[in-house]
Amino acid sequence: MEQRKPILPPRWATRLLSWYCKPELFEDLQGDLMEYFHRNVSTKGTLRAKSIYVVDVFKFFRLYTIRKPEILHLLINWIMLGSYIKTSGRNIARNKLFSIINIVGLAISMSVGLVLISVISDSFSYDRFNVHHANIYRILTRYEYLGNKDNNYMATTSLKVARMVKEEFSAPQEVAVFHRGYDGDFKVNEKIVPLKGMWANDAVLRVFTIEMIKGNPEKALNEPFSIVLTDETERKLFGSEESLGKVVFLRDKSYTVTGVVRKMPQFSHVKFDVLGSLSTRAILEKDNRQEESWDNVWSTWVYLLLPERADLKALKASLDELSRREDPTVKNTHIELKLQAMDNIMTGENLGNEIGPVLGSSILWVFTGLAFVVILSACFNYTNLSIARSLKRTREVGVRKVIGAMKSHVISQFVVEAIVISLCSFVLAWLLFILLTPYLISTGPGLDKLLTMELSPLLIVYFILFAVFIGAIAGFFPALFFASVKPAQVLKNLQTLRVFRKLTLRKMLIVIQYCISIMLVTSTLIMYRQYKHYISFDLGFQTENVLNITLNGNKPEILRKEFSEVPEVSAISQSSMVTSIGNYWGTNMKYHANPLDSAGVNFNMIDENYIPLFGIKLLSGRNFQSRPDSAKETEVIVNEQVLKRFNIAGGDPLKAIDDVIIVDGKEMKIIGVIKDFFYGRANDRDQQREVVLRNVPSKAEIMSIKITTPDVISTYAKLESVWKKIDSVHPFEAKFYSEQIEKGFDGLIAAVKMVGFLAFLTVSIASMGMLGMVVFTTETRLKEISIRKVMGASERALLYLLSKGFIILLAIAAGISLPITAIVFEQVAFRELANHAPLSFGDMFWGVFTIFVLALLMIGSQTIKIARTNPAEVLKAE
Amino acid sequence: MKGTNLGEFEELVLLTIAAMVEDAYSVAICDDLEKRTGRSVKLGVVHAVLNRLEEKGMAKSKLGEATHQRGGKRKRYYTITNAGKSSLLKAKELRDQYWSIIPPLSLKRI
Repeated sequence: MEQRKPILPPRWATRLLSWYCKPELFEDLQGDLMEYFHRNVSTKGTLRAKSIYVVDVFKFFRLYTIRKPEILHLLINWIMLGSYIKTSGRNIARNKLFSIINIVGLAISMSVGLVLISVISDSFSYDRFNVHHANIYRILTRYEYLGNKDNNYMATTSLKVARMVKEEFSAPQEVAVFHRGYDGDFKVNEKIVPLKGMWANDAVLRVFTIEMIKGNPEKALNEPFSIVLTDETERKLFGSEESLGKVVFLRDKSYTVTGVVRKMPQFSHVKFDVLGSLSTRAILEKDNRQEESWDNVWSTWVYLLLPERADLKALKASLDELSRREDPTVKNTHIELKLQAMDNIMTGENLGNEIGPVLGSSILWVFTGLAFVVILSACFNYTNLSIARSLKRTREVGVRKVIGAMKSHVISQFVVEAIVISLCSFVLAWLLFILLTPYLISTGPGLDKLLTMELSPLLIVYFILFAVFIGAIAGFFPALFFASVKPAQVLKNLQTLRVFRKLTLRKMLIVIQYCISIMLVTSTLIMYRQYKHYISFDLGFQTENVLNITLNGNKPEILRKEFSEVPEVSAISQSSMVTSIGNYWGTNMKYHANPLDSAGVNFNMIDENYIPLFGIKLLSGRNFQSRPDSAKETEVIVNEQVLKRFNIAGGDPLKAIDDVIIVDGKEMKIIGVIKDFFYGRANDRDQQREVVLRNVPSKAEIMSIKITTPDVISTYAKLESVWKKIDSVHPFEAKFYSEQIEKGFDGLIAAVKMVGFLAFLTVSIASMGMLGMVVFTTETRLKEISIRKVMGASERALLYLLSKGFIILLAIAAGISLPITAIVFEQVAFRELANHAPLSFGDMFWGVFTIFVLALLMIGSQTIKIARTNPAEVLKAE
Repeated sequence: MKGTNLGEFEELVLLTIAAMVEDAYSVAICDDLEKRTGRSVKLGVVHAVLNRLEEKGMAKSKLGEATHQRGGKRKRYYTITNAGKSSLLKAKELRDQYWSIIPPLSLKRI
């Protein structure tokens, strides 16, 4: 327009009109509305006029104005489908490089999508085998001590809650209760089999869909000292003999087999080898006052079977009421209860004290987010390359349009083409998926137990739909672009078409891709640096060449004697636990100067060899001395933090010797003070833990062996054969200390692997996109380059000219992504991580450097090729 | 073929088309009707009636020249057909017949 535009009615309304209105009626109808609109603008004001216009547009939606569905057009699309597929094939074959870039790029991202789909489908098929799965709810508990609201909900609750709910609540039809700890070495005749199981009440067999092979489901778990086996356990214990009515021993108590059930399916969040009747505990724990106390919320899982469409709000209200009533029975404690649907257990919030391994929503979200990034990146590529290639294809579109193709036909042609490409990549993605799954499953600890990633027919359908969907998404924008091509313009003179108008968009896409790549690569390096930092962290004692062996109930004396005969063993010590790998044992302690101040301290029970073996530094006093198991526990070694916390001898290690403290209700003399060490874990938030070392050799669970040989493998084998001689039942559970520390950071290394893998994907996709762009720009500038060369430009100058633009893009990407990465780590990730290594700029530099090298290779290889072409050949052809 | 009977509003619209001869297009018809009848006439209604009249074959339309008004959109001009004329005449005759048989007294008191 030559002058300022007059006021116009809302465009969307006009669009709507043109969409529904018959084309032959549209023009004058819209004209009429416009005339009214202008009249209204001058009499009633712009706003009123606009609203009247919109209302009128809707009012004209009448039978006689509506466009009839164009069945013919739809039909044409179907008829043309074959032709579209044929041209797609030809196009793919003609531009081999671009097609390969597109197919490989999409395949890589699609394989991630496939993994995501299978993970989601796996996690949503959990627990669905239960007939009543939609009506089963679990009671969750939040434990609040002294008004400390920090704790999260746990999957467990107390036995008391279970009993109260069963006795007083009318809504639940059944209350199923599991209780931790029915596991250990089960004995039948002379056979000993270690098994894992739980205490369970009789309702368990009714609430969950558990197939009873032998025995009466109504009675199997009623009587005390009953045991129900799974079919697998029955085979282990009894072989092919009849098991029903036989007796099994656990910890010198006898249990009668009252039933055999089918092993729980893979997709059950509850799994067990055996179930013991919960009524047994009423007898075993008769004198344990803690058993049914309100705050014993750590070991019981309660599942309610509710009727269809139960009133959950009312139930929650009754649970709150229960808490209000029972809270006063325990000092300073508030117990908050709530319900969780069983269908949400696998995919819902991450809770403490789960009954078994659970995926949790956070990992699913992370998965989804990352898959989304990768797929988006590949779609970018497709869009980018298709539009870049458009110069060569606009003429084709022009001819099509002249012959009579409508916008929708052009769109469907290009979408079909994208779908064909995406189906090609789908085949490749499938192969990648099959190769990738074992790797991915092994990254997360326990993932292999959680997910099967098996392919069901339904999943395959999902996969193919997914491929089509990706194709449609990737092809839509190029399709829109081509559809808007004006045939007359294209056919008259190709040069006038402003393809490069979209250049800023494409540049932006490249910058975004490289930003993501740089962020992921540097994050991987930074996280790996943290991992290295933690596993080589100075914990305050020596862990090299120490093998920790789980005793599994064996007598330490015998083992010690046998092990010490192995020549490579230099020292042996016993302890109740392995410190610094995330285990915490706690007890109460008091100091006589302030008898009211009782506080929790962490402890480990060790023998006299422990401190020298680990090289723990004694600041003052002496080590423990060997003493018989029967002697009373009278001596204790504490760390500096204990002295500080209880203000013993003003924190002076020398003066604290021979002072007396009360640990676990017993008076004990401090005989030594050790330097603080990391009791919990290297990334422990609470670094200053009060640690008490106690001398109770009889409580030993772990035997630590120091080895003095570089050949650890053969020594390990020797030790294992010694173990086999003494204990034929339990496997030799020995781990090097360094291994255990590494295992403590499994989560971190899994994250490193995952992010690293994604970094690899995004970098390869971005590089391919870059390659495509470079090829395109250099080819379109061939003539220009040749002329420049003829005029005397040097190869180096040409190289600079061609790659300058891309290098600027890379620099922008680095400039955006590095500060973001730094800020994310400094402000978010590192806040959660105690004792982390500082952010190393070296890591960031190397991350960017590798990506730059890759990109420069991509740019360089193409530009050199162009810069070296003989200008005469190019110009001759024109 | 739909009936040749005219509704009251249809008749008015058709009369307007006939009266305006060359300039009968939707908005103008609307304005004219509003002016003469004194009631508010909605464009949507007029449009529907015009469409119906065309379907019945009583009016025909053609698009005019594009102008700078109306956002460059062309007007659709309506003209009356012979069928239209004859039904108007028929309607008028019918009324005249009735008027002729009404005794003058019965209308006086209104």
